[in-house]
Amino acid sequence: MQAMGHAPAALVVRGLRKSYGKVIAVDGLDLEVGAQECFGLLGPNGAGKTTTIEICEGLVDRDAGDVEMLGRTWDRDAKALRQRIGISLQETQLSDKLTVRETLALFRSFYEHPHDVSHVLGLVQLEEKAGARINTLSGGQKQRLAVACALIGDPELLFLDEPTTGLDPQSRRQMWDVIDKFRASGHSIVLTTHYMDEAERLCDRIAIVDHGKVIARGTPAELIASLGAEQMIEFASDDAAKLELGELRRLEGVIDARLDAGTYSLQAKELHRAVPSLLAYLASRGAPLTELKTHSATLEDVFVSLTGRHLRDE
Amino acid sequence: MSEPTNETRTPRTPRTWRDAQLVQMCLVRFREFLREPEALFWVFVFPVLLTAGLGLAFRSKPDDTAIVALVSSPARANGGTAALLAQSKRVVVKPMTVDSALEALRNSKVALIAIEDAAGKITYRYDPARDESRTARLIVDDALQHAAGRVEPIATTDDYVTALGSRYVDFLVPGLLGMNLLGSGVWGLGFALVDLRRKRLLKRLIATPMSRPVFFVSFLVSRLFWLSLEVVALVGFGVLVFHVPLHGSLPSLFFIAVFGALSFSGLGLIVGSRAKTVEAVSGLANAIMLPMWVLSGTFFSASHFPDVMQPFVRMLPLTAVNDALRANMLQGATLSAVVPQLSVIAFWIVVCYASALKLFRWK
Repeated sequence: MQAMGHAPAALVVRGLRKSYGKVIAVDGLDLEVGAQECFGLLGPNGAGKTTTIEICEGLVDRDAGDVEMLGRTWDRDAKALRQRIGISLQETQLSDKLTVRETLALFRSFYEHPHDVSHVLGLVQLEEKAGARINTLSGGQKQRLAVACALIGDPELLFLDEPTTGLDPQSRRQMWDVIDKFRASGHSIVLTTHYMDEAERLCDRIAIVDHGKVIARGTPAELIASLGAEQMIEFASDDAAKLELGELRRLEGVIDARLDAGTYSLQAKELHRAVPSLLAYLASRGAPLTELKTHSATLEDVFVSLTGRHLRDE
Repeated sequence: MSEPTNETRTPRTPRTWRDAQLVQMCLVRFREFLREPEALFWVFVFPVLLTAGLGLAFRSKPDDTAIVALVSSPARANGGTAALLAQSKRVVVKPMTVDSALEALRNSKVALIAIEDAAGKITYRYDPARDESRTARLIVDDALQHAAGRVEPIATTDDYVTALGSRYVDFLVPGLLGMNLLGSGVWGLGFALVDLRRKRLLKRLIATPMSRPVFFVSFLVSRLFWLSLEVVALVGFGVLVFHVPLHGSLPSLFFIAVFGALSFSGLGLIVGSRAKTVEAVSGLANAIMLPMWVLSGTFFSASHFPDVMQPFVRMLPLTAVNDALRANMLQGATLSAVVPQLSVIAFWIVVCYASALKLFRWK
């Protein structure tokens, strides 16, 4: 798709394949990321997100397929690409014995047109920690420093592999602010995550990845709308044996029903019709409720309806 | 293309020499080493302590005093043998039973046992493989015969010379310097590289436009810096405390140390080229270094090994470095006199760097 006018796509991936021995990590994956777009790869652990992103970063060799970035390819323009992309890997430990400023000065020295260290420190809100050794930083601060190392070269395209995994809620919001600021400067971002709220909050468009393939793509709103349901109802009952999924699916206002680990979940169009009909059905079966929750449909529900599994299942 | 316009760029400070990759990477190497107190200990303090310990233990002592266990038969218990021996200042006599004398000999408390039978005949019992026992045999017999009235047919006298440069500590200091350069080269590179790989920092670095040759050069520059201090610390200690001679020229000595260290860094590069864990790199480093500690004449001369092993021993880089350092310090050899050793080192430099760069894995 060339939705972003005449600017070339930031990233185009076609028919990407990669296996490690018998394990197929990426199985014919296609992506297109527009200029100035924040694009999310959403999927469970082991879906092939990291392999995909590391192939794009030039760190892993692909078995088959094409990768083109900013109008260039790794085969011909590796040097130029490294100058123009910024990356943050999963699980990089920066050297504990260096300070924040020293680490950024090192990374800065690799680039032709880098930002000043102080500018990037401001972007990631680490000015006060400039002189601190890395081993004294919190997890969130270390992660923001890793992103600062990705930003110091003034990249046009930023790759972030699970930038907020393992962070507390406040640190995650701080990281989101950093990502927002970079987006506002008019550049492109590709990020992977298994947090649906993060993908909804940050990404213009999302590809849901499972078993090395894209199984759905679109804006967060489009993906949720594809469910045909806006609301989710979850309930549990002590007398679940008396209930039948087929009958639940036929209730007024209910689109689909599934049973997962003792909890029923219903996709519903209109809560004000679905809940009364559910209560009436339960009463007629003599099955009292032990739990009842409703929430707006999320990307998680999209993933469950596509795969029958939850995103966070290991 | 999507080159950002000038308005989107933040103001930037002009680059200075401090912003150069090589400078930044060398700074990182220095900082990491300086902020690692254990490394400082092993590189600088430990070899000096080792020199001090070994230098004191094996210091040259007058070895013309013999400690002898005298076992007299009951019939001659009050005989004059002990008194005769006691006349000599060079003999310490310890009357003992046979059993305790044998025990004392085994424990090196005495160097020799003299057994006197009922007829007054003396039998010396000792291990002829022990230098101090053979010496004691000569001293004790000489003292005994002299005291009993032997007249020397020729008049002799002794004039002692303690030559600097031929003591054990003189032999030891260049050897320890070689060993230390080997250790810091292999550990310094091998361990640092594996640590970077283990933390996935190596992978992060090659995702940047970092120059890979500059990355390796930064390790060599920092080794060059620290090895200068190693040479000064160890040789300085030997010269000041033990008066170890420096007969050769200092620039030549420094050149040999740098050239040797370059080959040892190459070994470190090989050790660190693939290993993923600290355990793996420790095993590899020890497998490379231990044989050389034994074979390369650090603590005793490599010429003690059988002739069939000599070609192999001579080809080891540490042997070449030790021999060249000793030739320089103790015999005042010029660089042209140690060309054979320098050729061996050069051979290792070529082999190590060529194979390490082939073997090296970034990811």
